[in-house]
Order: sequence, then structure tokens, then C-alpha cells
Amino acid sequence: MNTTRRTVLKSATASGVLAGLIAAGALRPTQVLAADWNKAAFEAHDVAGALKGLGAGASADSKDLMLRVPDIAENGAVVPVDVVSNIPNTSSISILVEKNPFPLSATFEFTNGALPEVSARLKLSQTSMVKAVAKADGKFYTAQKEVKVTVGGCGG
Amino acid sequence: MADPMKIRATLKGDTAEIRILMAHAMETGQRKDAAGNTVPPHFIQAMTVEVGGKKVVDGHVGTSVSRNPVFGFKVKGAKAGDKVVVSWVDNKGDKRTDEAAIA
Repeated sequence: MNTTRRTVLKSATASGVLAGLIAAGALRPTQVLAADWNKAAFEAHDVAGALKGLGAGASADSKDLMLRVPDIAENGAVVPVDVVSNIPNTSSISILVEKNPFPLSATFEFTNGALPEVSARLKLSQTSMVKAVAKADGKFYTAQKEVKVTVGGCGG
Repeated sequence: MADPMKIRATLKGDTAEIRILMAHAMETGQRKDAAGNTVPPHFIQAMTVEVGGKKVVDGHVGTSVSRNPVFGFKVKGAKAGDKVVVSWVDNKGDKRTDEAAIA
């Protein structure tokens, strides 16, 4: 009759220990954790879903968010993308490619003096809008530009 | 074990420019091999950059980042000689940490 209670207690202790371990691991500065990888946002199949996963409901276009991409990319497998945010208190920048199977490419959080800008190289499956989303003071700002791709980057 | 990263960190005024090249296949899970089998996804999921012992960038990455990813960041208030430590972990649990000093 008490077995359920035992089991519950046991598993509670076990998960407590686990949580403690995770906390201890998170305190170590060199630890990279894939566990907090935002699955909902990264595995969304459309931009709206990815934005929702990021917690970005309402967002406004901003001229202070610069997105530098080539107009035409000869090779969709390597498309250089630069994002620079001049919005005060920008804490994170995410990059999305609208027509990719999974639009969200990357998201970066900046702390301890890192300037809110990033350059990366992305894959584009086809001609698509590239969208940058910056978070500043809890608000979301976007910028977007189209990149024409002559050869896709997700080839089969 | 994955190949080492290339990290270049140069100081311009009080801002360090950090460029990182990671050696990784970044398989999307969309591609098929010659026999027509889907190549399973294998890609970097998370990365961090530390300068002088402080975490400056916490990044999460999806499949649409190119093969052998290159990332560039800028960090204000860095000094020459500060250690830059970059780590990543992929969806199979492989990880790699490399470091360089700001020049």
C-alpha cells in the first residue's frame, strides 16, 4: 500500500540529486550545455513557430538593427551573414532563414562586454528572406533582407 | 574527437575581435548519401565564448549553419593577453574546447 509512496519519494530524491548535479555543472564556467537547446524554436518548420519558440510574440522592424547579407549567393551552402545591433541594451540576436526546412539558424546571448554583433555563415536551401531578431529590454526588433540563391545548400 | 578549432583574437582599441572556425560536418539530416540513405543529422547545438574567465557569448545553433562554421564576435573591455576559451557541443554529445590569447 505504501509502495507508490516509496517510489515517489525515491524518484523525488533521485531527481533532486540530478537537479543538484545539473546546477553544479552549470556553475562551472567552461561547461557547454546542449540540454537547454531550444528544441521548440529550432525544430519549428515555419518562422512564426520559431519566433514563438524564442518567446518573440510582437516584434517591430528597426533601422538600428543592421543585417548584412549578399544580394545574390552563388553557393547556398556558405552564405556570410553579419548582424549588428545599435539598439541599446541588446541582449540577444537570432538569425532565421525563412525558406529553410528549419528556419531558426542560430541564437546568441551577449554578456560581460560582448558587443551585440555577430557574423556567421549559413546554409540557404533556396532564395529566401534572411531575418535577424534582436532582443533589447524584453522587446523584439527585426530586420530582413532577401538573398537570391543560385545553387541550394541542402542538396540531395 | 573533433579537429581543433581555429581561434583568432585581435585587439583594436579596447575591443577584441574574435573569429572562430570550427571543424564540423554540420549534417542537416536532409541530405542523402550515394546509396540513397538519409545521412543522420550531426550538428553543433551549443557554443560558448569566454574572455578572461567571463562568459561573453552563449550561442545555440541549428542545422542551417554552414559546414565548418565560422563565427565572429566583438568584445569590449578586453585586454591583450586575455585568454579566449571557446567550447561547443553537438547533438551526439561530442564536444571540443580550445583557447587562444588576445593578440
